[in-house]
Amino acid sequence: MSDRASDIRAPPAVGDDGGGEVRYLSQSDLEVPTHQIVSPDGSYDDEAIPDLDDEELLDLYRWMVTDRVFSRRMVNIQRRGELGTFGSTRGQEASIIGSAFTLSPDDWLYVGRAWTPMFMRGASMKDMILFWRGIEEGQEAFAKVNAQIAISIGSHLPLVSGIAWGMHLDDADAIATAYLGDGATSTGAAHEGINLASSVGLPALFYCQNNQYAISMPYEKQSGANTIAQKALAYGIDAIRVDGQDVLAVYDAVSSAREKVLEGEPVFVESVTYRLDAHTTSDDPTRYRTDEEVDHWEEHDPIERYREFLKSEGLWSEIDHDAIVEEIDAEFDEALAAANAMEERAVAEMFTHVYDELPPELARQLDEFEELLERRPEMYDFIEQRPKG
Amino acid sequence: MQATIVEAVNDALHEEMDRDDRVVVFGEDVAESGGVFRATDELLEEFGSERVVDTPLSEIAIVGGATGMAMYGYRPVAEIQFSGFLPPAFDQLVTNASRIRWRTRGELTAPMVVRMPYGAGVRALEHHSESLEGAYGHLPGLQVVVPSTPADTKGLLTAAIRDPDPVLFMEPKRIYRSIREEVPEGEYEVPIGEAAVRREGEDLTVVAWGAMMPPTLDAVDDGDVDAEVIDLRTISPLDTETVVESVKKTGRCVVVHEGPRTLGVGSEIVARINDEALMYLESPIERVTGFDTPVPLLSMEDFYFPHPPRILDGIEAALAD
Repeated sequence: MSDRASDIRAPPAVGDDGGGEVRYLSQSDLEVPTHQIVSPDGSYDDEAIPDLDDEELLDLYRWMVTDRVFSRRMVNIQRRGELGTFGSTRGQEASIIGSAFTLSPDDWLYVGRAWTPMFMRGASMKDMILFWRGIEEGQEAFAKVNAQIAISIGSHLPLVSGIAWGMHLDDADAIATAYLGDGATSTGAAHEGINLASSVGLPALFYCQNNQYAISMPYEKQSGANTIAQKALAYGIDAIRVDGQDVLAVYDAVSSAREKVLEGEPVFVESVTYRLDAHTTSDDPTRYRTDEEVDHWEEHDPIERYREFLKSEGLWSEIDHDAIVEEIDAEFDEALAAANAMEERAVAEMFTHVYDELPPELARQLDEFEELLERRPEMYDFIEQRPKG
Repeated sequence: MQATIVEAVNDALHEEMDRDDRVVVFGEDVAESGGVFRATDELLEEFGSERVVDTPLSEIAIVGGATGMAMYGYRPVAEIQFSGFLPPAFDQLVTNASRIRWRTRGELTAPMVVRMPYGAGVRALEHHSESLEGAYGHLPGLQVVVPSTPADTKGLLTAAIRDPDPVLFMEPKRIYRSIREEVPEGEYEVPIGEAAVRREGEDLTVVAWGAMMPPTLDAVDDGDVDAEVIDLRTISPLDTETVVESVKKTGRCVVVHEGPRTLGVGSEIVARINDEALMYLESPIERVTGFDTPVPLLSMEDFYFPHPPRILDGIEAALAD
């Protein structure tokens, strides 16, 4: 115990000279810079390029194309009725790839609207198809690579802080990362998760893809804060705001942040990007945004911008774009075939993983249900024929 | 050793933290002050500030943080200061803790305990008196344990900390210090999911748990009734067998609980008896419970939760027909 007489934790406030004037702390006094390396016209400063070798620079391109092709294929098979729904990431490729490229396999990752990071960690496209088909083997596969997809917006931030807390106790050389969207920043769970990481000093990285919309709600109505990045200051942690259409800037920002996080200083990164497609295949974005706006962001295509950079660097000749697309398409075809070949699971699947051991009542429910299915095989016909969607 | 319920909590935490380095205790005011009920007293001094941590006033972060820490491989024991403050964090139990195993087919799990004092009768302000074990017991994947004696408190909390799945551990704060009994020294485990028969009897079965046990036993004594008294101890998973076997023997049953009647644990117990022992019943099953109102403020709370005369009235009704 400390000697309280000489260790006053809460000293009375000491004022400074404001000349009697009430002075506000105001966001209008904040300067929030946005990190950018390659400007929209393709120009850049050689000195600012992050320390990546040619192979890594080419990998960034391949992964961004993977992301785009995967979204295209998933939207297509959803339209053919082969998926429940899907959330495309088109437009956010630099934001997704530039950030995930900085992570190590020991890092933990909780994502929202960022699917390719799972592939970068070794999960397969088949696993992602299974996830969107509502098959539990998807999240199981992601768990094997220390990753999960969060569906309930914002609810994962306290978990990520908890995982980071474990890493802190374990003295692990790794970080826990939450991907979140602009909408998630309005949730109580996000607030509490970030505050926990800040107050304990945990290796947690909060990576916010501000893609401008939470379904139909534009960021300007989501919050009165001019930027999301500035919110971090209220938690006493550092933030970076980065151009999410510039893959090199994202990489640079997040690798810098990761170093700090490894030291037990949480960092919040706001990546300014745009969701070019619908929220999910069930959403009609023409109801809430104009074609002009979308066209404007189409002109800020992250893959196009990076292509200009690779040309300037003399690396474009190393890339056979059509061959890359063909290869990814083939990988997708194979993944889809493997997903289609999955055997139907027994209904016991629903019951098996709720607890380590099946409690008696649950065992009884399973028995009763299996007996019913045997007695009334028309159950299968009914389920088969019920209109879906 | 002789101990009260709250001392038994403290003893179990000391034992388990000593036994397993992965056990970490955190919550509001648990470290330096040792908890508002002193349940975590001396843990900071013995196990240090890395494993015994005062958190911000932040229930979502406490429960969500425990879930993440458990997924990573630790055995967090988080405290919610009063059960009335769990609701903000209920989301973390519903959305995450209770279904991490299910969501990942066992690849990830959440072996964690959330401890919290519950129940009315301590003359506190609003939100300090709830008894919502029925609501929490409704969640698949979450185990809900409510001890009523010091020895069971130690044994069940030990079992909860060692359990591979999440446990909500509801401590009957009204009787935190009112019972003192012999509690086994050293490691002591009582299995989750098993009710205890506190009294054997022939004329009817009375089922209760937690802070309802002492008034229930008093009512049986006051009425000089030959009752079989079952302490449920675990709300989820429910020990159907012990209850049903007893009812088959006695043919009559009363369920006593503090929480609201509608969709309460009593409803489920009646349904299970209905499923498995309907033809043995000689009279309708009685429920003696809290009302479907918020727990009244302290000026009227004594009219809300069952006292021995009301419980005895229910017993007499069950015996009457």
